[in-house]
Amino acid sequence: MLRFALKGLAGRKFRASLTALAIVVGVAMISGTYILTDTINNGFNSIFTVSYKNADVVISGKAAFETSGNQNAVQPPTFPESLLTKVRNLPDVAQAAGSVTADNVKLIGKDGKVITTGGAPALGFSVDPQYQLFNPTQLTSGAWPTGPNQVVIDTGTASKQGFKVGDTIGVQAVGPQRHLQISGIAKLSGVSSIGGATFAIFSEPTAQRLFDKVGQLDFIRIQSKSGVPTEKLVSQIKPLLPPTATVRDAAAQAKQDKKDVGSFISFIQYALLAFAGVALFVGAFVIANTLSITIAQRMREFATLRTLGASRRQVMRSVIAEAFVIGLLGSIVGLFLGLALAKLLNTLLVTFGIDLPQAGTVVKGRTVIVALLVGTLVTLIASIRPARRATRVPPIAAVREGSVLPPSRFAKYGPITALIVLLAAVALVSLGTLGSGIATGPRLLLIGVGVLLLFFGVSLNAARVVRPLAAVLGAPAETIGGAPGILAKDNATRNPSRTASTASAVMIGLALISFVAIFAKGLRASFEDAVNQLFVANYAITSSNTFTPIDATVGNSLAGKPGVTDVTSIRAGSAKYLGGSHDLTAVDPNMATGVHVDWKAGNASVPARLGLHNVFTDDDYAKKHHLKIGSPVVMEFASGTKVPLRVIGIYKKPNGGSPFAEATISTKLFDRENPRPRDLMVLINTPGGVTDANTALLKRDVANFADAKVQTRSEFKSNFEKPINQLLNLLFALLALSVIVSLVGIVNTLVLTVFERTREIGMLRAVGMTRRQVRMMIRYESIVTSLMGAALGIAVGTFLALLITHALKSQGIVFAFPWVQMGYFVIAAIIVGILAAVLPARRAARLNVLEALQYE
Amino acid sequence: MEAAAAPAVDATDRAPSAVVAARDITRRYGEGDTAVDALRGVSLDVAQGKLTAVMGPSGSGKSTLMHILAALDRPTSGSIWIAGTKLGQLNDTEITKLRRDHIGFIFQFFNLLPMLTAEENVLLPLTIAGEKPDDAWREQLLKDVGLADRRTHRPAELSGGQQQRVAIARALISRPTVVFADEPTGNLDSKTGAEILELLRSSVESLGQTTVMVTHDPRAAAIADRILFLADGLIVKDLGSATENEVIVATQELGSD
Repeated sequence: MLRFALKGLAGRKFRASLTALAIVVGVAMISGTYILTDTINNGFNSIFTVSYKNADVVISGKAAFETSGNQNAVQPPTFPESLLTKVRNLPDVAQAAGSVTADNVKLIGKDGKVITTGGAPALGFSVDPQYQLFNPTQLTSGAWPTGPNQVVIDTGTASKQGFKVGDTIGVQAVGPQRHLQISGIAKLSGVSSIGGATFAIFSEPTAQRLFDKVGQLDFIRIQSKSGVPTEKLVSQIKPLLPPTATVRDAAAQAKQDKKDVGSFISFIQYALLAFAGVALFVGAFVIANTLSITIAQRMREFATLRTLGASRRQVMRSVIAEAFVIGLLGSIVGLFLGLALAKLLNTLLVTFGIDLPQAGTVVKGRTVIVALLVGTLVTLIASIRPARRATRVPPIAAVREGSVLPPSRFAKYGPITALIVLLAAVALVSLGTLGSGIATGPRLLLIGVGVLLLFFGVSLNAARVVRPLAAVLGAPAETIGGAPGILAKDNATRNPSRTASTASAVMIGLALISFVAIFAKGLRASFEDAVNQLFVANYAITSSNTFTPIDATVGNSLAGKPGVTDVTSIRAGSAKYLGGSHDLTAVDPNMATGVHVDWKAGNASVPARLGLHNVFTDDDYAKKHHLKIGSPVVMEFASGTKVPLRVIGIYKKPNGGSPFAEATISTKLFDRENPRPRDLMVLINTPGGVTDANTALLKRDVANFADAKVQTRSEFKSNFEKPINQLLNLLFALLALSVIVSLVGIVNTLVLTVFERTREIGMLRAVGMTRRQVRMMIRYESIVTSLMGAALGIAVGTFLALLITHALKSQGIVFAFPWVQMGYFVIAAIIVGILAAVLPARRAARLNVLEALQYE
Repeated sequence: MEAAAAPAVDATDRAPSAVVAARDITRRYGEGDTAVDALRGVSLDVAQGKLTAVMGPSGSGKSTLMHILAALDRPTSGSIWIAGTKLGQLNDTEITKLRRDHIGFIFQFFNLLPMLTAEENVLLPLTIAGEKPDDAWREQLLKDVGLADRRTHRPAELSGGQQQRVAIARALISRPTVVFADEPTGNLDSKTGAEILELLRSSVESLGQTTVMVTHDPRAAAIADRILFLADGLIVKDLGSATENEVIVATQELGSD
């Protein structure tokens, strides 16, 4: 029996492949995500492992706390160079070498601009040529750097920027940029790509000078004499260490280095998997619909099987067996397609500024298992309803022409159930968004389940709006298309539930896309408000990528320069206070010349009064931690120093956010505790405001700092918005995957419909319809279906956005409808309709009239 | 009108001895004003090893009668027995079992599965039942219907007559108690139709296969051992074996009533 099910499948290869196609994209997304993130992880692992090759134990600077997630990474303190001599004198140490490192040593391209790293670190470190055994890099040409004017750069930068040994290259570390001679080009051993990252290698004294770490070290790599257990060595070293240093075995150190990176990669992984989930969800809709149509068309076959003695269970099993094979085959194809998709995803991420290292493609067993399991399971679940329908085919359908499926026992409750599902979904989503006093976890669960249910609910009820929607959306087709247009519109309403299911798949993608678009518009509006309100300076200087903090010497160098009225900096770092590690910002006494805040407690004199003992915070944070004027806050810096502070000001945090961390101190205190301070931004006023002359002057002032980007107030605002737009485009690109799946759904429905209407199309051709008109008819039906999906999707997306923006009103998020964007989405839906119709229209037009009429 | 039906016996507890028996069958489609009575009280006994033909004009209820006798449809009232089993109380699973064991079908449009070969189509009922085919029986059947050398062909590669031969072999493979044939020649030209009728007749003669055939083709009815005429949902005439001409005459008589 199962064998026959499979044979049947083989007999309908084309239809089976169309069905399988719906699951392929989602599975490819799963496997692509895993392959990409595993490959990136492997890249990082290789980097971190090779970093400590041949070292048994590693001494590193120890920060008093660790940061996590999207906080500013803490800069661990250094330790004195003298430790190296002491370590070398230990009896069990065979070899030991010191190094200094920095993560913001920017290389400058031939065009004089900083080479962008796409958020990846611009590494700088020293290599001791006498200790090659510890060197993680290997030269591809040239020699190791010696003396104060030499540098070795990475192969990627050399090839991309066209540098070769002997060239001069600009290096921007702490202080003004330097021009160094390239003595060699090197790569990390065993790593195929370090992503967007760059590295520059210096001799130890040069690195210490460039990184402002003279007499200091960041790492000591140690190899023990053979036979000495690591624990023994560690215990020998421990007593020698200053409080700002720690010792670990090399593996533990590599693991420690990987920590932050790991959580970032898993974030990317989960985000991409979520989009895979959406694509699979849409795929399930498409499969359920395709199978339902196929089953309606195979009624006589099932009925014959029943007359030959097949039980309902056997019919059900044969449908499910088919679905299993379709799901498995689709999943296998998807799994392999994932290899290509991983590359595509990486390109997508690189385009949006996330360029991560890679080392050899990794396909784990987990990837294969999850992809195959999920793909097959989703197909099986999607087949349950169609399979149950198949069991309702009565044996008598074998002898009757045009039998229709009898309604199920529950059919009479259908409309009411559909309505209840929809109402329940609306209730859940409303409760999740608007309900008060619900914890975040349950709230997200409510919204998530509610949205899923909402998609089901709308699709269940969609059949009832198919006619009116077709009347409206099909009207242009009627006017433009003439007879084919009229027929197309009528065809779309012939089987409302089928059209509704097909359109529902389109709806899901478009609902999410329009929700994102509306929400983003609201977010941007509130962000713009905040930026307008906060930033009152004429100019801002940030690092070239706007977000990485820039060496504070840039701002410091501007103070008192002619043509500059005010300079005020916002430092960025991290510290531990009120029970956790947090971002920390610091401001100059003249903060008000660049940033305007509304003080709820304290007044405009707060920045000037911060000194070494005070701190200010925002109203949200103050409320959360019950802070008021005079409340004590103990701040622990990376060095381990604890400083008692008092709150002297609380400002009203603008809804769209502010540049300040939860706590802000004076730059004076910040610089005392952070040896190499960095600025989030430097704000500048010039006499006469923004003028071309002032801009030119400022640019000249910071010309020595290649990484410094001078921006006028309006440029600054748009630079800040850029990542929002990029993120938005990334989301759209990923959601487009689910729209592709729904496109496959329209193709499926149309192909099956054309097959079903073979005789009818033959008749139309016989009475004089041209091939072109047949194609037009199918195309219009496709467009009408797709537009229905778009209309439903935009409605659902708008509804969700209304709820969420209402819920986040207190965060300043407003509801704003992006008309132009929605116009693009509608055009996109029309294009989807046209594309989906290509194949079915061709098949319909190619039908041989005579054969079509004789077709039984 | 003459009541040719056997007298109604209260047979709820005692099964008739005939392989297929019907008592007081009515079948009403629809409700209220639009209700149509397709059968208005039909009783009959199908004799074992004989070919019974059911004739009648369109709308006479002959197809409905066959669907009900073959357990494809349920009567509005009345009782059916197949091989001594009363159908009335059976659920879907029990009816499925009954079909497997006792009923074979031959359809007007053949209803072969397009992806299976001729031989696989023939064996399908056994496959469904999870039974092993008896090799000798299979070979004999394929030879009898003249398809021994076409067994690996798919339906699309066979002529209409050949497809119907496959369907006949499929109906016989499980040695059913009764074979129901629904207009078996309705979709065939007259020459091919004649060959199919010959085949049906020989299955009755050589295998003693009880067969019920619905047809409006007098030539088909002429091979039957007994011919029932239906009109307006009632059996109006019950002939023994008759020639084609006799059947035509009988049909005309009824038509001019």
